[in-house]
Amino acid sequence: MREKVKLLIRTSPHIHSPITLSRLMYGVILALTPALLWGLYYFHLPALLLLLTCVSSTLITEALFRKVRGKEITLYDGSALLTGILLAMVLPPYLPLWMGALGGFIAISLGKEIFGGLGYNIFNPALVGRAFLSASFPVALTTWKVPLNHSWFSVDTVTQATPLATTLPKFGGGGSYPLYKLILGLHGGCMGETCGLALLVGGLILLIFRIIDYRIPLSCLLTVLVFSTIFYLREDNFPSPLFHLFSGGLLLGAFFMATDPVTSPVTKKGRWIFGAGMGFLIVCIRLWGGYPEGVMYSILIMNAFTPLINRLTLPLPLGGKK
Amino acid sequence: MRVKTFPGGVHPPECKLTSHQPIEEAPLPERVIILLQQHTGAPNEPLVKKGDRVFTGTLIGKSEEFISAPVFSSITGKVVEVGNFPHPVLGRGLGVMIERDGEEEMDPSLKPLGESERENPQALLQCIREKGIVGLGGAAFPTAVKLSPPSNKPIDTLILNGCECEPYLTADERLMVERGEEIIEGAKIIRKILNVQKVYIAIEENKPEAIQSMQRCIEKEEGMEVAILKTKYPEGGEKQLIQALLKREVPSGGLPLDIGVVVQNVGTCLAIYEAIYKGKPLYERVITVTGEVNKPKNLRVRIGTLFKDLIDFCGGLKEGINQVIMGGPMMGIAQSTLEVPVIKGTTGILAIKNTWDSKEYPCIKCARCVDVCPVRILPTALVRIVKFKRWELLEEYHVLDCIECGACSYVCPSFIPIVQYIKVGKEVLRRKAR
Repeated sequence: MREKVKLLIRTSPHIHSPITLSRLMYGVILALTPALLWGLYYFHLPALLLLLTCVSSTLITEALFRKVRGKEITLYDGSALLTGILLAMVLPPYLPLWMGALGGFIAISLGKEIFGGLGYNIFNPALVGRAFLSASFPVALTTWKVPLNHSWFSVDTVTQATPLATTLPKFGGGGSYPLYKLILGLHGGCMGETCGLALLVGGLILLIFRIIDYRIPLSCLLTVLVFSTIFYLREDNFPSPLFHLFSGGLLLGAFFMATDPVTSPVTKKGRWIFGAGMGFLIVCIRLWGGYPEGVMYSILIMNAFTPLINRLTLPLPLGGKK
Repeated sequence: MRVKTFPGGVHPPECKLTSHQPIEEAPLPERVIILLQQHTGAPNEPLVKKGDRVFTGTLIGKSEEFISAPVFSSITGKVVEVGNFPHPVLGRGLGVMIERDGEEEMDPSLKPLGESERENPQALLQCIREKGIVGLGGAAFPTAVKLSPPSNKPIDTLILNGCECEPYLTADERLMVERGEEIIEGAKIIRKILNVQKVYIAIEENKPEAIQSMQRCIEKEEGMEVAILKTKYPEGGEKQLIQALLKREVPSGGLPLDIGVVVQNVGTCLAIYEAIYKGKPLYERVITVTGEVNKPKNLRVRIGTLFKDLIDFCGGLKEGINQVIMGGPMMGIAQSTLEVPVIKGTTGILAIKNTWDSKEYPCIKCARCVDVCPVRILPTALVRIVKFKRWELLEEYHVLDCIECGACSYVCPSFIPIVQYIKVGKEVLRRKAR
């Protein structure tokens, strides 16, 4: 007689693609690495300490919240780690470490867990953390230092305004800035946003490995380019579209923050709208707003619109009638 | 030739282990279980009782309902029991168990259709109905019903579906390689019934041998064309196939005949040919026994043969197998026992070792399900609607348009059994309608 076989009953499909949640998260982290490494290299030890602080803070906060809520601790999925890294990358590298820790706590607690954890939050957690810090400590969050010499352990710095603050006409800037400095990351700014080249490489990694969909970054960047070109051609002293593209947090935001799946639309049309809305807001804030940079608020505002965008762009099913 | 396709879909590993294995005859089974409900539609009543002697091809169950298909004995022998047996789709179902005795004898009443009747669409249709032909691609919808469109819906295109987009399965592929001419004869019968000219034979590009064979078979035929489709799942889904080939969309909630199309599986065409020209009722079919069995094969098997007999004939299961599926890995049904019989809708028997735990992670709304969905619905939204019991939103989010192809579950990074949630949603709507 044949031996008895234990048969498993489950619903179809019975095979699965190799995509998993943690692979996606670690994929994003991998794609962030070039920009992250540049940030650590350029801003020296304080940047590393800030990174470690933010990451430990998000991981500990997540573990605590899960424990208090009696849920399984799921740090291995990489999402809290990613939030920590992203947060560090959008903060000034010489920020007091306790502020970084507070930001990490807020990012996970108010940004994510309070809504029910991964998948339920409305706003991008890392940006919630940054927005909180930016409202609470406006001076610290706009103090941009760069190291004075090349020693990695040296703490001598010089304060330097960001390219946006020195170039935009609303702050009296002349509208031009050496582009190679932006592309190579030779200027002050948030820890992970300075090197355009590294961010583009990261963005390409995300697209090639299909970790993100192309629609949001493409529509966002195109909108910024088109919109800023119009004003570049019409007005004196307005910076060039390429300056817009490589300055501030645009590339980091468009490829890594706006594409956070949880807080961006699920419909294809919605993704175009999300990116375009974000790009439009960024140029508006940059050219006429009170802040030099508008990426963070643009993403947060579009996050708020995401449920509405989803609802309004509900696709017609195959063979459906209007 | 340009390769055609539909938007969306997935491309799982093809795993066509048996593409080059000629169809083998499975040994005659000692006993068979002929289930009375093998098709979509009304169940059959048994026409035999314990102790009756039946021939191969003897009618043993039928129904008076329009949407039904009779069943036949697939061996010569004695009825040993009429009762409840394991059913590969329904769990359990009424069936007739027959034990073989002696030599095979065909039922004397079986006759091919007379030459003059072969020109009469009504006679052809009647014959297809009486021989119990159903769609052999898996859905098992009675073919005679599908070939009787209402007179206000003219049909202009017939599509022979040889896509076989499910991984592992190769029965249709082998049929096209080995029996192409008879398939085309079957198609000509359908053409007569529906009075259509244009015939497409749709084959995925990963079956070059089948494409060549069918192209050879239609060289002298007018109005017939082999269409090459991209190897993608669910390319062979009726609505997807029509969309890919003709750029027409089957209306939501409607049928292909609403837009003038009839799709028939290539195996069904062969069965139609054999019914008309040889008088043969549907008591056998070709299936693929594949996956983690020692000798994967394409087999012609008698309906009612138990899975375990066929798996034994294919060298048995390999070590550590924990799943046996009727059909392909994407839409097949996991079986709890190997004592189930082959039915008309059995396209294959697939043994796999399933290692993923069924733990479900939170949905991160990555929308991969949205991107692969061939019917453009929002699976992620439906999962939420079902989880939070927001039943009033089910229709707004088009739950009934889901074809349950499973592409969404296949790509879900959180391993959410999306199709399962959608089925729950559909059931809730159905109950509400009552």
